[in-house]
Amino acid sequence: MSGHKDTILSVDRLTVRFDASPSLIKRIVTGAGRRTVHAVEEVDFEVTRGSTFALVGESGCGKSTIARTIAGIQPPSGGSVSFMGVDIAGFRTRHAAMPYRRNLQMIFQDPYASLNPRWRVGRIIAEPILTHRLMQRGSALDARVAELLETVGLAPGDAAKFPHQFSGGQRQRISIARALAANPAFIVCDEPTSALDVSVQAQILNLMKRLQRERGLTYLLISHNLAVVAHMADAMGVMYLGRLVEQGDAGQILARPLHPYTRLLLDTVPDPRAPKRDRARLSGEVPSPLAPPTGCAFHPRCPLANARCARERPLPLRVGAALVACHAVEEGRLPSRPSANENCLATSGDAA
Amino acid sequence: MSALLSVQGLRVEIARRGRAMTAIDDVSFEIAAGEILGVVGESGAGKSVTGTAVLGLLERPAYQAGGRILFDGRRIDTLDDDAMRTLRGKEIAAVFQDPLTSLDPLMTIGDQLIETIRTHLDLTPAEAVERAARLLAEVGIPAPRERLASYPHEMSGGMRQRVVLALAFSCEPRLIIADEPTTALDVSIQAQILDLLRAMCRERGTTVMLVTHDMGVIAEVADRVAVMYAGRLVELGPTAGLLGEAVHPYTRGLMASIPDMHRRDAELAQIPGSMPRPDAPVPGCAFHPRCPRALVRCASERPPTFAVGASQVACWLADPVARSAA
Repeated sequence: MSGHKDTILSVDRLTVRFDASPSLIKRIVTGAGRRTVHAVEEVDFEVTRGSTFALVGESGCGKSTIARTIAGIQPPSGGSVSFMGVDIAGFRTRHAAMPYRRNLQMIFQDPYASLNPRWRVGRIIAEPILTHRLMQRGSALDARVAELLETVGLAPGDAAKFPHQFSGGQRQRISIARALAANPAFIVCDEPTSALDVSVQAQILNLMKRLQRERGLTYLLISHNLAVVAHMADAMGVMYLGRLVEQGDAGQILARPLHPYTRLLLDTVPDPRAPKRDRARLSGEVPSPLAPPTGCAFHPRCPLANARCARERPLPLRVGAALVACHAVEEGRLPSRPSANENCLATSGDAA
Repeated sequence: MSALLSVQGLRVEIARRGRAMTAIDDVSFEIAAGEILGVVGESGAGKSVTGTAVLGLLERPAYQAGGRILFDGRRIDTLDDDAMRTLRGKEIAAVFQDPLTSLDPLMTIGDQLIETIRTHLDLTPAEAVERAARLLAEVGIPAPRERLASYPHEMSGGMRQRVVLALAFSCEPRLIIADEPTTALDVSIQAQILDLLRAMCRERGTTVMLVTHDMGVIAEVADRVAVMYAGRLVELGPTAGLLGEAVHPYTRGLMASIPDMHRRDAELAQIPGSMPRPDAPVPGCAFHPRCPRALVRCASERPPTFAVGASQVACWLADPVARSAA
């Protein structure tokens, strides 16, 4: 992807590793070596302003680590993250990072853990405004907090309450109001509805979409829920064991997935609208990121793997509007797959 | 159809500050032998409390305030603790969301299996070891004999839930109460565990009450579905029919609020407001303040259960008198 689009975030060969070694003494006594968790390996993607880019994958695939790195919580081990044209690793001081932080806010999965229980809602929402010195304390700030509460569907009077007086969905609304307070351009949403009931999830997703439309917000959505991603994302990246295996236009990937992992993941999702359909299953479990497999990390579970897959890591290859890292795709060994809609029709016919 | 489990007019109350709040309000259903009944609802709907009541594991301040629970025609909600404990190990087994609530972290999985097997079945130690290893093999654990010596923390979440299934099936129970058995797992592992649960039940004719918030899980394994709302059962019917064409406005709203993988840009349907809490009960139909089709009587009269096709629906819209008038 080149820069002719209005790119707001550009992630280039991002690598994050964690040192999981035993203590020095233990290493000397037992002769054990250093151990490194390969959380994120050479990930590239770009996010267009005003769009939603989703990162999907199973636990431990590195999607949340990428979110934390982009939010500036986790320093990268290699590669770069460039936000509005500035490399975020280059900030020497907190002061230098302030404009970046104002423009990039985060919403977390657990609205119970991410709001200070001892603060009134008004103070929680006003905090980013005061931190970034956008306004002074006073009636104008109170009015701004009231306006933000109304924007997310709460009442201005809720500013005087404490987080425990709200339900999970209302707390997530408070998180969104806080994220909006500093008028950011970009919001990192890490599993924003995973802790919520489906009817509440629908309210929050609709709210997020409306805010995006009204304010031109850009979202990076981290989710394991493919139905949520299908609903929200313009572009998406599928992660497996720290690497992006497929990325591109969300509609294309969901309708015509190419990577064998993406295909199996889509087949595995239980669909309440297609009861008891038979389909391929993903066997085995995700290997440990302490010792990722050689070659393609997915090869031990892949029905199409051959000797080359075990030996050589596939590089991303452009196919239509997607980038896919798979030897089977490159070599044309990929079996054709009925499209999702045909699948649905076949199943409902069987059920009747 | 002969019911293995029959819950009749179950009422569970929670005592708080000298007041009794109703958590489960007149819930009745049956599960036929060999059937998988999904019990679905959002947080606080009372689905887990219902499972807990069937297991006889209600704890203060919750207590059964009315109704009867029959297992194989025999009343079990009046059994004493000892008799219930025996029944629970042998005839009725439980699988919970977090495998670590079912597994003792200080015991090897072999010891846990063997202890359960020997408590309930008359087997020699060697036979019990043999049975334990066979069970682990059946739930798909590689190198089962070696794995008997492993502790729960040495296994992944998916493997632990396999061990919990082995434990649940160890004494050939006739009924399994599975409460959110795959909620803590990734989708690919969830699919494996659901396949395994379904296969093992089909093979043995085991009856299952599957409690979950996830309509996808219901679609995957349940023969029939019971939908709960605010401590009441609002709709019960065959899975395909109920998920495809729900009758109760709550079930319809719930289905419409689930994002559809194949219809991407549509606005999600929302159910306004939130479920009433047990400390603020709603008169009439508990769903009427949120219901887009509420009638005048819905605010004052609680709807009884009406038969609609193969389903039972607690909604005045399903009243044949009203329907014939309309």
